[in-house]
Amino acid sequence: MAAGFKTVEPLEYYRRFLKENCRPDGRELGEFRTTTVNIGSIGTADGSSLVKLGNTTVICGIKAEFGAPPTDAPDKGYIVPNVDLSPLCSWRFRSGPPGEEAQVASQFIADVIENSQVIQKEDLCISPGKLAWVLYCDLICLNHDGNILDACTFALLAALKNVQLPEVTINEETALAEVNLKKKSYLNIRTHPVATSFAVFDDTLLIVDPTEEEENLATGTLTVVMDEEGKLCCLHKPGGSGLTGAKLQDCMSRAVTRHKEVKKLMDEVFKSMKPK
Amino acid sequence: MEGTMQTETKIRAESGIESGPRGPSCSLRHFACEQNLLSRPDGSASFLQGDTSVLAGVYGPAEVKVSKEIFNKATLEVTLRPKIGLPGVAEKSRERLIRNTCEAVVLGALHPRTSITVVLQVVSDAGSLLACCLNAACMALVDAGVPMRALFCGVTCALDSDGTLLLDPTAKQEKEARAVLTFALDSVERKLLMSTTKGLYSDAELQQCLAAAQAASQHVFRFYRESLQRRYSKS
Repeated sequence: MAAGFKTVEPLEYYRRFLKENCRPDGRELGEFRTTTVNIGSIGTADGSSLVKLGNTTVICGIKAEFGAPPTDAPDKGYIVPNVDLSPLCSWRFRSGPPGEEAQVASQFIADVIENSQVIQKEDLCISPGKLAWVLYCDLICLNHDGNILDACTFALLAALKNVQLPEVTINEETALAEVNLKKKSYLNIRTHPVATSFAVFDDTLLIVDPTEEEENLATGTLTVVMDEEGKLCCLHKPGGSGLTGAKLQDCMSRAVTRHKEVKKLMDEVFKSMKPK
Repeated sequence: MEGTMQTETKIRAESGIESGPRGPSCSLRHFACEQNLLSRPDGSASFLQGDTSVLAGVYGPAEVKVSKEIFNKATLEVTLRPKIGLPGVAEKSRERLIRNTCEAVVLGALHPRTSITVVLQVVSDAGSLLACCLNAACMALVDAGVPMRALFCGVTCALDSDGTLLLDPTAKQEKEARAVLTFALDSVERKLLMSTTKGLYSDAELQQCLAAAQAASQHVFRFYRESLQRRYSKS
């Protein structure tokens, strides 16, 4: 009977739960789904990670290739993120060129990398003006159950921490690059940006980590990306119902706690990894 | 039909209530708006902020493709064309931001199974582009007579390396700033409708920028009201 009511009046069904300060899957309004992360599972990639936020699954693979540095910044390398939302993850997406949601997510990840300065692009330069690393970060969503942005940010961060770049020297005589695959080093990760997403219901209620159903019923969404010093890298609120300054303050405090949870999880995972 | 109505206002806000040695310098650039300048779209507006200029056209409520129709409200589409080059991923992201802001204020329920299309063309970009696009879109929606529950405006804040707040930055100030924050605020309660930010900043600085943006939005809304009053009082 409840299933029938849910099909006919999904919003009313949700409101009944929200009135009791909980959600249909049993979570509190400020509770995240179980987060699991798996590092280094793709052997062919230079760095990889798999993140599961409840049912939402995102896998990130990073490949490093050579490229010429940009002419206006000869001492910088490139980081190129790409989010791929394929028909595999949800019925809403069709195969073909990336749709709007995929492009918006790619732009969001590019902004987070740029704003938070998670990697100094100068670290990716091998020889100024001639050779630099290009990191292609491919984030593929395997299962879309809401809150893609949080999962993608976490997957990207975990994969970047997993990337090992071989040492490259430029041979003076031949001017060719010599790659020493035996000597690899990790990237210098300067900050740890963590994203926290909220959905706004009925212009007043804020819930954390929305599932896909909740995202469809929500009147607005908000994503806050914070680094460890409490500095904000990104406040992404693409329209939707208005929020007051006080509500924003609550979101910030929740983002701070989430950052601590995620950092703890990542530190545990990296500590448990056996060195190669 | 009335011809183009041009309204120009020089807005210089009072230089803020000094809360400390680093008070915000609330001064918006000179802005101007021209409505009903294109004959084909149902509504059009050109918004100028300093040297930044955006032209907006609105078609709607009009026929919608069956694949895109929503049974109980209007389908909003936004197209943003940059000054040079083809629209890319950054434009798509901005279109999503503008579209969601418009969806929050437009009363789509009054026109179900129709489409309202907003087309924005960047004429010149000298800083605060997204805010100018939002203002142009709002004025064009008003010109087209689309029913809305509130007006909205865009305000850009820049924070430079020593924490001074600059409203409505030019392109040079944006490049040198540590963080650039763009907000869309509604006219009824000055609530935050949309926000997008670039750079690193703290929580306290965010609240400070939001307060400054809310104060500055009052001037923009007053400008909207005056320009519309002037337009409709003559007819």
